[in-house]
Amino acid sequence: MLVSIRPMLRAIGVTIVPEAQDLDEREWLALEEIVRGALAPRPRALQRQFVLLVHVIDWLAVLRYGRHFTTLDPARRQRLLERLQNAPLLLIRRGIWGLRTLLLMGYYCRPTAARAIGYGADPRGWQARA
Amino acid sequence: MSAPGRYDIVIIGSGAGGGTVAQGVVPLAQAGKRILVLERGPRFRDQEFTGRELEMASLLYADGGAFLTADGTMTLAFAQCYGGSTVVYTGTSLTAPERVIRRWAVPGLEYDDLVSRSRRYLGENNAHHLPDAELNDNNRFFARGARAAGYAVEQFPVNVKGCLGSSLCNLGCPNQAKQGTNRVQLPAAERGGVEVVTRAEVLRIDADRSLAVRVAPTGAGSVGLPSEWAPGEYRVEASMVVCAAGTLGTNPLLLRSRLPLPPSLGHGFTCHPALILVATHAQPITNDVGHPKSFYVNRGAEEGFVLETCMYFPFTTAKALAGFGPLHSEVMQAYARQQQILLLSVDRAATQNRITIDRNGQPVVHYRYTPEVVAELVRGNRAAARIFFAAGATHVHAPFADPPLIAARDAGRIDQLIEARHWKPGKQSITSAHPMGGCPMGRSAADSVTDAWGRVHGLPWLRVADASLFPDALEINPYVTIMALADRVAEGIRSDFARNATA
Repeated sequence: MLVSIRPMLRAIGVTIVPEAQDLDEREWLALEEIVRGALAPRPRALQRQFVLLVHVIDWLAVLRYGRHFTTLDPARRQRLLERLQNAPLLLIRRGIWGLRTLLLMGYYCRPTAARAIGYGADPRGWQARA
Repeated sequence: MSAPGRYDIVIIGSGAGGGTVAQGVVPLAQAGKRILVLERGPRFRDQEFTGRELEMASLLYADGGAFLTADGTMTLAFAQCYGGSTVVYTGTSLTAPERVIRRWAVPGLEYDDLVSRSRRYLGENNAHHLPDAELNDNNRFFARGARAAGYAVEQFPVNVKGCLGSSLCNLGCPNQAKQGTNRVQLPAAERGGVEVVTRAEVLRIDADRSLAVRVAPTGAGSVGLPSEWAPGEYRVEASMVVCAAGTLGTNPLLLRSRLPLPPSLGHGFTCHPALILVATHAQPITNDVGHPKSFYVNRGAEEGFVLETCMYFPFTTAKALAGFGPLHSEVMQAYARQQQILLLSVDRAATQNRITIDRNGQPVVHYRYTPEVVAELVRGNRAAARIFFAAGATHVHAPFADPPLIAARDAGRIDQLIEARHWKPGKQSITSAHPMGGCPMGRSAADSVTDAWGRVHGLPWLRVADASLFPDALEINPYVTIMALADRVAEGIRSDFARNATA
């Protein structure tokens, strides 16, 4: 399901988490696997809406800037997604929230990303810090 | 469909309510009664609590902790496993506020009775204040900042034994230190002769007091113990049925059952809508080690909110922050310097907020934010910002500000920067871990679903023993009150069986 929207999804991913631009192919695949795993148990209709939303963002980029989302500079990508995040329609806002949440999950649920921001929780608790 | 025989009592759910009832009816089991607990989720081995965010959230929580309300503007977190949500709470152990119980005005429910029962469970679960030496900076800064900002700070008693300070309470304690029903009441019940069957979902309760039950198989490579029964569908007959599957288990179960139930079933849903608030300090602080929740500021009576210390995991934190992009990343990169506060609105039951079921019998939560709730979240956001800055934070991330990052130099403008006009449903991440209501206690079927002892009006063989019973929000962390109410349900059952034995 995600393969068909991979370039768009990665472009949105880098807009949501700028550090994602440094991910290599293996890390992107790990991120996408987390997103896929989160979507898999959800209803088919919701999965279709997810894919549709990604396409809608691309169409809106063409309408507004005359270019596909993947070819926009970072500032324009950010502005477009911010407009949608503040859209008057709840449907659009919650769609962006869901897309953003899935990409944040894909990025920050990877152990390397958690370590990179300094997260160090350990089952041994205080003993691990001694 | 197999028939495992007839039981005297079937308890549905094994969390704070179900676990308490299970232990409370042990004298009946010892007297020869057949008692069964049916738990939808699995029973995990101790070593399966790894503390890894994605893995444990997927295993322990319904929908991975992201069960969405009908309009998709709030996520609800509740667990499905042996021990229910007591496996994933932080163990904060508070008794119900007197003013709340008086406001509930349930005939036959006395505050003093609830307190004495609560105290029993506080003792049984080893609830106590952690010593200062075990508190991390995240908690200490909250206490210091709150006092400096003029708030009354209280310390949570927490029900831990041998806590190593993993900070992983919400992912299931990897050291089994938290004294949930999975550690205390359920093992005691099983030792006393109560049978517990996991991975067993009750699909329906019928008027002949039989239950349609589906036992799920253990998937290849999946974790958790297999069910005590073989996978398949069962018809379980019972003399008495206790629904303790949590608000989002009990309500849908009763709604899809073929029973003459009071019309208020599913109504009166409340959930303490919450925001995770984040600030950053100039230097790293201890935040992801040590118990995460030691202090709180209760402004429920005066301003409609409660502030609690908290520290969430990377993804949960990222989700809680408003927006995305460079500013969002800046706050995430400062994780080791973060201080966090959980803000809970003490919402009130409202007509439009209720639980229904979809065509598959699954729960649908209808929740609209009242103007009062929005105002409470704004006031709480401002109070948290004051506490953060008083504790020395350099920046506060306020979801109700736009842009959300407020620098210390603007600490004097908090009221102007944090405003309700910046809030849009579906934009900010609102969460809830306290679903309540739907089977409120009350006088009769005209105004409620059960009486003060959890007896369903008109169906005395059917009881409710979980947070569904709350006629309105509790305004504090609910597990102790659930246990106290479940203790009353167990007492009522024992009395009924004793009466029947002598009749």
